Amino acid sequence: MYEFEFVKPGSVADAVTALGEEDAQVLGGGQTLIPTLKQRLASPGKLVSLAGIAEMQGVSTDDAGRICVGGGTVHADVAANAGGYPALAGLAGNIGDPAVRARGTIGGSLANNDPSACYPAAALASGASIVTNAREIAADDYFQGMFTTALDEGEIITEVKFPVPEAANYQKFEQPASRFALVGVFVAKYADGVRVAVTGASQEGVFRWRAAEAALSADFSADAVPEAPAADGMISDLHGTAAYRAHLVAVLTRRAVAACG
Amino acid sequence: MPKDHGIGASPKRREDIRFLTGAGNYTDDINVNGQAYVHFLRSDVAHGRINAVNTGAAAAMPGVVRIFTGADFEGVGGLPCGWCVTDRHGEPMQEPAHPVLAQGKVRHVGDPIAAVVAETAEQARDAAEAIEVDIEELPAVVDMKAALADGSTKVHDDLTSNLCYDWGFVEENKDAVEQAMQDAAHVTTLELVNNRLIANPMEPRVAIGDYNRATDESTLYTTSQNPHVIRLLMGAFVLGIPEHKLRVIAPDVGGGFGTKIFHYGEEAFCTFAAKAINRPVKWTASRSEAFMSDAHGRDHVTRIELALDKDNNFTAVRTETYANMGAYLSTFAPSVPTWLHGTLMAGNYKTPVVYVNVKAVFTNTVPVDAYRGAGRPEATFQLERVIDKAARELGVDPIALRRQNFITEFPYATPVAVEYDTGDYHGTMDALEKIADLSGFEARRKESEARGKLRGLGVNCYIEACGIAPSNLVGQLGARAGLYESATVRVNATGGLVVMTGSHSHGQGHETSFPQVIAEMIGIDESMVEIVHGDTANTPMGMGTYGSRSLAVGGSAMVRATEKIINKAKKIAAHLMEAAEADIELKDGQFSVAGTDKSVAWGDVTLAAYVPHNYPLEDIEPGLEETAFYDPANFTYPSGAYCCEVELDPETGKVTIERFSAADDFGNIVNPMIVDGQVHGGIGQGIGQALLEGCVYDENGQLLSASYMDYAMPRADDVPFYNVDHSSQTPCTHNPLGVKGCGEAGAIGSPPSVVNAVIDALQSGGHDVTHIDMPVSPGRVWAAMQG
Ligand SMILES: Cc1cc2nc3c(=O)[nH]c(=O)nc-3n(C[C@H](O)[C@H](O)[C@H](O)COP(=O)(O)OP(=O)(O)OC[C@H]3O[C@@H](n4cnc5c(N)ncnc54)[C@H](O)[C@@H]3O)c2cc1C
Repeated sequence: MYEFEFVKPGSVADAVTALGEEDAQVLGGGQTLIPTLKQRLASPGKLVSLAGIAEMQGVSTDDAGRICVGGGTVHADVAANAGGYPALAGLAGNIGDPAVRARGTIGGSLANNDPSACYPAAALASGASIVTNAREIAADDYFQGMFTTALDEGEIITEVKFPVPEAANYQKFEQPASRFALVGVFVAKYADGVRVAVTGASQEGVFRWRAAEAALSADFSADAVPEAPAADGMISDLHGTAAYRAHLVAVLTRRAVAACG
Repeated sequence: MPKDHGIGASPKRREDIRFLTGAGNYTDDINVNGQAYVHFLRSDVAHGRINAVNTGAAAAMPGVVRIFTGADFEGVGGLPCGWCVTDRHGEPMQEPAHPVLAQGKVRHVGDPIAAVVAETAEQARDAAEAIEVDIEELPAVVDMKAALADGSTKVHDDLTSNLCYDWGFVEENKDAVEQAMQDAAHVTTLELVNNRLIANPMEPRVAIGDYNRATDESTLYTTSQNPHVIRLLMGAFVLGIPEHKLRVIAPDVGGGFGTKIFHYGEEAFCTFAAKAINRPVKWTASRSEAFMSDAHGRDHVTRIELALDKDNNFTAVRTETYANMGAYLSTFAPSVPTWLHGTLMAGNYKTPVVYVNVKAVFTNTVPVDAYRGAGRPEATFQLERVIDKAARELGVDPIALRRQNFITEFPYATPVAVEYDTGDYHGTMDALEKIADLSGFEARRKESEARGKLRGLGVNCYIEACGIAPSNLVGQLGARAGLYESATVRVNATGGLVVMTGSHSHGQGHETSFPQVIAEMIGIDESMVEIVHGDTANTPMGMGTYGSRSLAVGGSAMVRATEKIINKAKKIAAHLMEAAEADIELKDGQFSVAGTDKSVAWGDVTLAAYVPHNYPLEDIEPGLEETAFYDPANFTYPSGAYCCEVELDPETGKVTIERFSAADDFGNIVNPMIVDGQVHGGIGQGIGQALLEGCVYDENGQLLSASYMDYAMPRADDVPFYNVDHSSQTPCTHNPLGVKGCGEAGAIGSPPSVVNAVIDALQSGGHDVTHIDMPVSPGRVWAAMQG
């Protein structure tokens, strides 16, 4: 690690001020950022920890019935307290290991937008709103490719609002080493249609599988899931070829639909 | 009733109290007053010519004590190779120089270019980043077959090619094998890869060099399985320090699995630098560094042919293997694909002729050397896979085919130059059939199929050779070391014993099992025996721990020394009881005179030895301390039969291990619980190799599997509960304990049964798949199913 300053503000406003300085960076649970610092792949001058901001913590339900998760809420809290949205709680409870779930946050996960992370699939399939200190961003506008989002520099995710679907399920097929998603598919059925978000598979990061959404909106059954999408643009690495990932997208979508019951 | 003490009992491991409560003393726990820290600047290209290393700016950075480069080591010896293999034509292998710090060229990602010594580890790292290195990148040699093609780039410019050796074994069998292939009723051929592995002991490597100017003595603290070997290699061949001025201490070591046998440049560097700057120098590897600097394991590409007659008797085996040496020869690398591999190619079978050809190849990758099993897993995997394939081609039961070809008479001289002393391969197979519940398999398969899953069952046998010996023979085979073991048994005045052994314990439980043996011999409580190991200053010259040799060789040395103790103690007892020495018996810690009720306790005799008032001083010396060196007459040959049952998800290709049964013959057993643990751990690593672990380089020699994000270690939920049985016991005939060694069996015996089971599952689903290379990942299974 290189040297850095460390501050732990108590409010979003103070955090925003602290982030105004050059080279300052948000620290969530540190599960991605700290290893990056240890490998000397990043050198922020100042880390602004969000862990002390009470207003960014916890799970609640708003007037519209949405499950609202504070941007600094750790995965273990979501697993324990998002019972109103079981597929979301289940996803959070299966991220990493207990140590990761005790520190890693939803804000950090969505800000990082790792192409193999789980939360982006939940947010996109749910049509969630990503609330920041400055604005509210629809999930459809938020994810802009691997490790790329609509966030501006110094912008903080303070909350994520999930409309609760009639039925939903997340199927994660683990990459054997990292146990991130080799492919993960989140299916959410709403009154106005079905949304299917896929993580782990595409070089563009999380995406909506529109063909499956159309088919499932017409007929919500595993049999209705289309053939595997084209392998073009899918990730190919040590753990699976593009064709294999494309195949898994269809398998996992069928399983998710079946699991919705 | 199981015994509650001595040989055959399972006392809990006494060392676990310190390991499990954080009271261990690992090398990184040691800090020497005034120590500085070293950071190695390592190559990030696989192959390149070093045009310039400019340390000027770095040397001026805060805290920097001194920066070393290859130039500082020009007059210093390189790392020696401990085994010279002679090729098919009687020529010695090609043996390149292995500098401590790169000279002229870098040859793999991770090759150290410079070393910065500074007040803190962070300052050393900061300064290393400021070193300017001008490297002209050269094409990387990665693929072994391409490395041997005419015109290939050479890893070592001064060698004639990238071929280390072309070894034939037994060369005289070559024609007979060819004839047998032609005469065969059936020949089964299989091409396979034995995947490269990274050992990943929990504790990364650490070294601390310390120099005492007043006494001119150097001390090296290091994470080693064999401190005396390091002292000899580093003292005599690298740094020119006589052994009486060099002490090597390997304290608690957090796992080795082979990769901590070897003498590494970092050890020599810290010892050298400590003297050069007159300050202790400490190095602690990061995990990332471990991935690119610990010797890797396996990495063979093999074609094997099995010939059978019309009655399905094996008539010949022929193999051709390309073995990756990496960029330099690690300490014992040349022996692994040859003497530890070719000699096992007869397996458990009476195949009359065998020919093994091995081409060892230099590439721009991390050096490859022994990893748990070392050569024997590679031999077992190919043989047991090709037998399974043959059974399938011939439509015969794979167990029956094996049984039909088992060796049944011992001693048995194989066509690959070794003599198995004992074994009972039907016995271990019988034991396996009992614990594996083979008859229930069909029902379990149906149950899996009802859930849309395929189920497969795979069986294999293994034979392995432990306690490699005798020294004069291995010397003829090219070893540049002896392979005996030593022990000094010191009895204290009040009867307690301290055993100083040349074996080294780094997880094996010697501190518990060795006392069981000695306590049994004397008839005293195990708590009266303490084991000391790991420090060249207070243990006799020993060869350390690897190749499942500790109990068979180190334990035998201990037995011999204890016998000497008992003989002397009997003389003292005879004197005390005024009886003839020949009439003295020792039982339950009491010396008695046969046929009388006279007796004297162990403690009275030991006290007399050190307070020799009533003592035969004219006949024997006071004191009770003896040393023995034991050089075995032969290897030991553990064997076994393993069975794996897998479930395979045909939609995703994911394989899960549902049952795993292991029946081993380890000869006599000292501590059954520790033996179970060794087998469990070995199978875990074998399952890791079969399903998960794979070290992968890209075509530029970049290590793709360079962290746990991409290198999949087996975790608790990847492995099942094991059924382990060691009731089939044919004691070794040539060591005093009748023991064989159990440390590597699990890792040797398990990969073939896993892959055999996967193939069985696929075939049961109508997929015509005959082989999948390890690791059998979901992606590979799915690809195989696509045809
Ligand atoms: C061993 C291990 C296993 C894992 N397994 C999985 C898995 O299976 N599935 C999965 O999805 N993830 C997995 N993760 C990732 C983990 O879930 C974390 O969510 C993720 O690392 C980022 O969250 P964090 O709070 O730790 O963020 P940090 O590491 O603190 O920050 C990550 C990035 O986000 C920024 N950031 C943090 N918080 C905010 C915020 N509120 N607003 C704006 N920017 C912010 C930081 O500046 C940084 O750039 C794993 C991690 C580890 C270490």
